[in-house]
Amino acid sequence: MLAHAIFFYTFSFIAIISAIMVTVSKNTVHSVFFLILDFISISCLFIMIGAEFLGMIMLIVYVGAVAVLFLFVVMMLNVSQQKSQWFSSRESSKHIPVGLIVSVIIFFELIIVIGGWKYKPDIDTAMVLNFDNNISNTHSIGYVLYTDYIHVFQLSGMILLVAMVGAIVLTFKQRSGIKRQFYFKQISREKADGVEITQVESNKGVILDD
Amino acid sequence: MEYLSIFFLETYKILFLLIPVLVSVAMIVWLDRRIWAFVQKRQGPNVVGPFGLLQSLADAFKYIFKEIIIPSSSNKVIFILAPIVTMTLALVSWAVIPFSATQVIADINVGILYLFAVSSLGVYGIIMGGWASNSKYPFLGAIRSAAQMVSYEVSIGVIIINVLLCVGSLNLNDIVIAQKNIWFVIPLFPMFVIFFISALAETNRPPFDLPEAEAELVAGYQTEYSGMMYAMFWLGEYANILLMCAMGSILFLGGWLSPIETYPFNLIPGAVWLIFKILLLFILFALVKAIVPRYRYDQLMRLGWKIFLPFSLVWVILTSSYLFYYNLLPVN
Repeated sequence: MLAHAIFFYTFSFIAIISAIMVTVSKNTVHSVFFLILDFISISCLFIMIGAEFLGMIMLIVYVGAVAVLFLFVVMMLNVSQQKSQWFSSRESSKHIPVGLIVSVIIFFELIIVIGGWKYKPDIDTAMVLNFDNNISNTHSIGYVLYTDYIHVFQLSGMILLVAMVGAIVLTFKQRSGIKRQFYFKQISREKADGVEITQVESNKGVILDD
Repeated sequence: MEYLSIFFLETYKILFLLIPVLVSVAMIVWLDRRIWAFVQKRQGPNVVGPFGLLQSLADAFKYIFKEIIIPSSSNKVIFILAPIVTMTLALVSWAVIPFSATQVIADINVGILYLFAVSSLGVYGIIMGGWASNSKYPFLGAIRSAAQMVSYEVSIGVIIINVLLCVGSLNLNDIVIAQKNIWFVIPLFPMFVIFFISALAETNRPPFDLPEAEAELVAGYQTEYSGMMYAMFWLGEYANILLMCAMGSILFLGGWLSPIETYPFNLIPGAVWLIFKILLLFILFALVKAIVPRYRYDQLMRLGWKIFLPFSLVWVILTSSYLFYYNLLPVN
């Protein structure tokens, strides 16, 4: 188990260091890159405890899609404004107490959850799910996700859909004066209605209707 | 001591895979240029070595001896990291490609998800390179490529779901073995076509090479790169193309299975069949590059989101209804 321990400590070390770097690095784009590094090392930890499906989905969803959009938005910001001025003066450090309160709350919640696992061992037997070690965890997720938890699963999908539609509706503006292209119209255009041949008299010119 | 021997054995296996991959990347560049030339009634590179086979080697020497220029206003760490990321991500995904039932470095349970995850990480090399160059054209190229690759990943994901419905496993060897009776290219032919086009977009190949559209963006995200760093981008890109071809042949063309399971054909090892199929798909890639003009950006987005995504979603429903109705769902 030596190699296992070495890998575990390497990945957790990288995860913690990059999580700290997300908050303290001066450049916002660097923060996002550290966030990505954090996601990758967390998914490595997931794979190490045997949750390979969760680890891969984490990579695909968070690193492959969410963080790309994050990076996309952050890169669009003005380059001169990207240097964050945090901690530099009393004015710019106002957010620190709020952040500390939130992190203390999350820390105590984590202690309660982990303490429940550690000091009440019979919590394992009280669980509804029964694990079969012979099948892969992808299969076991599949067995419960679409049978026992189908309604919760569908509901979370609906929530995401509503959020997506809501975001589009809130930001969508019907602008006037845009030239739109209609593929069918473009393709079905023919010589007869596209070109007009006129005989131009000398020194007179023609008036074209637009 | 035990760890050391495992370490050396694995390193040996990895080198035995990676060196042929790198050599074939060089050869495939030559093949690409030759096919491109032949379609346009030119000769292509035919001077260095027999049939010009050593052209890529000559190019590589040129790149190695050229100076690497790092722009003074660039973000140096990320600028240097970008080609490394591209190259590494293009090579790590070969770990799960099965060349036969046993010839695979990591026969993991979620092989197809691993392939999909690593190919979705490939966009970072391009974004990092484009952003760190701190210049207009690379940045525009990076933004274009980020949007493009994210869009086409969606349809590739849905296509993978189609195949997985017929297989019932995420393991790549299981996917190959499930095609023993019939290759998935026949029942899922529309999905194969969409996969092929999405793979073109995913690897920034023409007609979707908008991130490096030379008419508008100089060379896109690679504009500021020179010497070996440019060559690494280039190698990574071609390794990705080969990987997409391998993914297509595993998902749809039966991977290492031989087309006819009779006497003279089943003597040929599976790796040869897989390489043959990869080459076939690559020749199609090269032909598309030669004969199709570049898409406009809004047309590209329309194709991805308004045509491919709904069509492949409908096909998922069709496939699953068919399998459910005829009781063919792979339940174990």
